[in-house]
Amino acid sequence: MAATASHAEVPRSRPGLDLLRKALRHGSVLFGGGLILALALVALFGASLAPYDPMAMDFTARFAPPSWAHPFGTDDFGRDVFSRVLYGAAVSFQVAFIAVGISGVVGVALGLTAGYRGGWLDEVIMRAMDVLFAFPAVLLAITVMAILGRGVENAMIAIAIVYAPIFARVTRGAVISVRDREFVTAARALGQSQVRIMLRHVLPNALGPIIVQTSLSLAFAILAEAALSFFGLGTQPPDPSWGRMLSEGRGFLQQAPWMGIFPGLAIMVSVLGFNTLGDGLRDVLDPRFRGRH
Amino acid sequence: MSLSYLLRRLGSVLLVLFGVSLVTFAIIPLLPGSPARVTLGVQATPEAVATLERQMGLDRPLPVQYVSWVGGILTRGDFGTSLISRQPIAGEVTRRVPATLTLALAALLVGLAIALPAGIFAALKPGSPRDLGVSVFSQLGVSVPDFWMGILLILLFSETLGWFPSSGYRPLSDGLAPFLQHITLPALTAGIISGAIMTRFVRSALLEVLNQDYVRTAHAKGLPRGKVMRKHVLRNAAISIVTIVGLQMATLLSAVVVVEIIFAWPGLGQLALTATLQRDYPALQAAVLLSAVAFTVINLLTDLSYTFLDPRVSYT
Repeated sequence: MAATASHAEVPRSRPGLDLLRKALRHGSVLFGGGLILALALVALFGASLAPYDPMAMDFTARFAPPSWAHPFGTDDFGRDVFSRVLYGAAVSFQVAFIAVGISGVVGVALGLTAGYRGGWLDEVIMRAMDVLFAFPAVLLAITVMAILGRGVENAMIAIAIVYAPIFARVTRGAVISVRDREFVTAARALGQSQVRIMLRHVLPNALGPIIVQTSLSLAFAILAEAALSFFGLGTQPPDPSWGRMLSEGRGFLQQAPWMGIFPGLAIMVSVLGFNTLGDGLRDVLDPRFRGRH
Repeated sequence: MSLSYLLRRLGSVLLVLFGVSLVTFAIIPLLPGSPARVTLGVQATPEAVATLERQMGLDRPLPVQYVSWVGGILTRGDFGTSLISRQPIAGEVTRRVPATLTLALAALLVGLAIALPAGIFAALKPGSPRDLGVSVFSQLGVSVPDFWMGILLILLFSETLGWFPSSGYRPLSDGLAPFLQHITLPALTAGIISGAIMTRFVRSALLEVLNQDYVRTAHAKGLPRGKVMRKHVLRNAAISIVTIVGLQMATLLSAVVVVEIIFAWPGLGQLALTATLQRDYPALQAAVLLSAVAFTVINLLTDLSYTFLDPRVSYT
């Protein structure tokens, strides 16, 4: 990491700030970040923005097409689809952030330990991760849900289990490229503890790929939560979730296509935001991609 | 490729497969209820459940159960009996594996039909509006949820135009026309997304080769553009592209799970979900185990294909 090397040699340089400035000038970071910021605000304040109670049924307004009163139409219970999409943002973002948070903490801890310690510990950890990698992601999530049972909390755990190995692998790779650098050797020579070296010196210098992976994993987590809810395993009725709404809309495609179109569009825009942000951050932060277009 | 590398790689795959079998076996002991209880129903007495558990061998120590389970699969292809249909699961999975592989392969072909021309088209003029257009398509394609794509395709081509059935499967042995009619929408659903992913890789693989000195030399020698593309660029980019194809085939095994469920395609993914919803855990075990084995073997073959395709790559 060139920026970090300059940090070690020239204490006054501010590599973090430089990278931040570079990131904020990157088109993909701006577009993806802007999209995510807007959606995050919707997730936070969706309840006050929603024109109707997302659970309120109105049987006189069943299957109403999009109009000024109901911009995204209504569903088979006469519930306002727009309000439900706004509420669904909170569910999707909450699940995605918590699941990726758990998988990030677990995966980074495992990858950091494996990469820094090496030897048999590295072998054991990474072979265990290889085993989890061998399962197709969706099937692994379904299997975990079969064991834990349905529900949004269990969906978070299932998604976290699926993505922790990816964080472990990415972190291990980044740590290996840092662990033999001069500042780490110097810290060892100063007698610092292994945990302190890992957390204070190695991890901060391996953060680039981890941040990129976080953004990409958030995109996958939104898709995974929607898929699990679509299958009836994640969010349970009557709670609005984008995947659940799509599943409900599937039965009324001819009659009320808006029931399926708008939740799907919301998922796509969120995933697009995280993916674009991740791609931009990779250009800026990941040394393997810096300068490549 | 040295023999020692091959043996090491096979050894690590066997180790992974052993781990996969352990994890898959652990599904039943980890479950909240007993399979005997699922079979007999909630009204069954504890004595009846205990008797059936003994008959199913669930009262034996876990290592003994594991050896018996793996031994049955390896020696007789016996995956146990479905708790719901009471039929051997082996017959069920034998019918479903070809359906899953056929769909994954068809989706891969659709993906390649999109990715190769789009990737080449974009790479030939990097930074141009057409490159940007392809990048936007690729980024959008990667972001589309496959189940939503499936719903939209059903809405357009099945419900509105009536061109294709919205669900079901007909094997090739029933005739080409019904086979194509049933596979088109599921293959398009998984294939369009896979194509969007592969487009990025094809583009960057080509760009990497296009920037090589030997390509510049070929142009400087006055070789026609088409010949440079065919003889130098595409041939050298093929190695990366084949790798991407292998990785995508493995990824598609995961992606088709969702597609199978949407289109009622009788593959392993649909079996896994149905088994989960009906608590038919031996069937879930079989579907998960077979998918993981296929996933691992495809990854191994992709890995080994590097050395066959590119003599410059050697593992010692």
